Amino acid sequence: MTSSHETLAARIEARFTAGVLRVASTCGELTYEVGKADIVEVATALHDEPNFGIDQLIDVCGVDYLTYGEVEWTTNSATESGFSRGVDRKPVILDESDTFDSRRFAVVYHLMSTVNNTRLRLRVFTGDNNPPIVPSLNAIWNSANWFEREVFDLFGILFEGHPDLRRILTDYGFIGHPFRKDFPLIGNVEVSYDREKGRVVYQPVSIEDRTLVPRVIRDDNRYSVDLKDKADNG
Amino acid sequence: MAEIQSFTMNFGPQHPAAHGVLRLILEMEGEVIQKADPHVGLLHRGTEKLAESKPYNQSIGYMDRLDYVSMMCNEHGYVLALEKLLGIKAPVRAQYIRVMFDEITRVLNHLMWLGAHGLDIGAMTVFLYCFREREDLMDCYEAVSGTRMHATYYRPGGVFRDLPETMPKYQASKWRSQKDVDRLNEIRSGSLLDFIDAFCTKFPGCVDQYETLLTDNRIWKQRTVNIAVVSPERALNLGFSGPMLRGSGVEWDLRKKQPYEVYDRMDFDIPVGVNGDCYDRYLVRVEEMRQSNRIIKQCVDWLRHNPGPVVLDDHKIVAPSRIEMKDDMESLIHHFKLFTEGYCVPAGEAYAAIEHPKGEFGVYVVSDGANKPYRVKVRAPGFSHLASMSEMVEGHMLADVVAVIGTQDIVFGEIDR
Repeated sequence: MTSSHETLAARIEARFTAGVLRVASTCGELTYEVGKADIVEVATALHDEPNFGIDQLIDVCGVDYLTYGEVEWTTNSATESGFSRGVDRKPVILDESDTFDSRRFAVVYHLMSTVNNTRLRLRVFTGDNNPPIVPSLNAIWNSANWFEREVFDLFGILFEGHPDLRRILTDYGFIGHPFRKDFPLIGNVEVSYDREKGRVVYQPVSIEDRTLVPRVIRDDNRYSVDLKDKADNG
Repeated sequence: MAEIQSFTMNFGPQHPAAHGVLRLILEMEGEVIQKADPHVGLLHRGTEKLAESKPYNQSIGYMDRLDYVSMMCNEHGYVLALEKLLGIKAPVRAQYIRVMFDEITRVLNHLMWLGAHGLDIGAMTVFLYCFREREDLMDCYEAVSGTRMHATYYRPGGVFRDLPETMPKYQASKWRSQKDVDRLNEIRSGSLLDFIDAFCTKFPGCVDQYETLLTDNRIWKQRTVNIAVVSPERALNLGFSGPMLRGSGVEWDLRKKQPYEVYDRMDFDIPVGVNGDCYDRYLVRVEEMRQSNRIIKQCVDWLRHNPGPVVLDDHKIVAPSRIEMKDDMESLIHHFKLFTEGYCVPAGEAYAAIEHPKGEFGVYVVSDGANKPYRVKVRAPGFSHLASMSEMVEGHMLADVVAVIGTQDIVFGEIDR
């Protein structure tokens, strides 16, 4: 597995001098970061050239890096009075500005070649446009059609050149993009049947957002890179 | 002569052949379909978003509820992704147990598929036969996890517990006489492995029964042969996987090509179709049941002779047993931390894919080093299959839509997530 990955990596690096950047991976997977302007060219080459033979687009996944690495609760010192279970909640950031942090939204493509039996991951950051936009890969792999609709629905990322970019998973007439990190877990509206009006009505949610287990990041020396190197070298 | 009109028809979401909550907008020319537009999302529960708000282990149960007819396989994909991130590997015995239950799950799934597919296109009896065998396999789930469907049995680092020495038994009641109960319990008198072994012995005969009903059946062939033909090139381009891809003649099975767990030690064959129509996909899945049976048998033989741990002894990830917890301070702390906060996973990303009964089921996890995942993405095989619905039914009759829904093995739990 690893050797075929390295072969593929060598081929990719020989073929594309600019535009792709290998990302270090700890799990033995091959990941490249591709510029938004280059993705169509790179994907076309990967699909068409027998050297790569990437015949399947396995998955398209949106990621919102807004709160990456943030924690809800920190304990670095001992206490005499006990810890509160309260959670530090940050105010919701509305995305009404014209631009985003250029590394906020990413689209991750998982590719596979059934001919060469290799897997590959490409990541494209959408840049700072609001709304975020990347080119569609639907013309290269038709499986992109629904995957891109899903990313658009859940993250609000637009795909330039997609033939039919509609919402897919959320309700008819849904407002917002639920998988963005600034969209509350409990949602914004709830539905109920109104007997007098004789139809289903939408109301603001009546429940409160609760965090049962706070999000924490612990320093764990077992995963530190220095120690791992030492262990590998004996 | 009557004039043929074109019109738009709504199919579902409440329709017995829609396999749950599929809504199709069909553009028809007389009885011929021009275009189909599936509307999905009626079962969208936001599993991936929910997983972001919970410690890693608490989401295993959600995975069961994705594709709710192949529960343990979903767990397997998630657990493998976590193990990849944590850099751990389950003990060999746990790997054999996982493979055995993956294959039991595959048989469960295919039995459900065969029964429902048959019922959809007019074969009533096969449904009853399939559910007879499903009942036995559900008993295996119950014996090992306590529940018949949503097992939550796999854990990062192994499985929840070892295989039990006894099977749950039937009890006599007002509706079931002692004589019937004795007959049912006879096969359940030994351990779980004895029960599975007995099942493996009788199951090929059961598959023969289904095949007698269907394979050469004239009506069955009329409904499936040359319906929804997909060429291998199109199947790859549309992102097909599993039996849908193999039905089109592409020899691709992750269990062989990118083996995980102990599949490289198993002896089994991959059936491949020739024409890529509904009938070939039927043949592929039926043969897969026979092959799964072979794998289960091999696992049973190995598991009988190789006792050992079924979960890692690393208490930073796996909770200590209750007995240990009660008399060891260290274990008590580990137990407390694991159940109040969970474990932190090193920052990074991992994608793990398994050969799910429906195709490639992948889980992509992004971690920022916290005790909860930063992003979980489930790659559901049925999603790509349903996306090709329009292409597959174009030019066919209305009744063939039902055959295509059946052949795609659609389950909305995984498509809508």
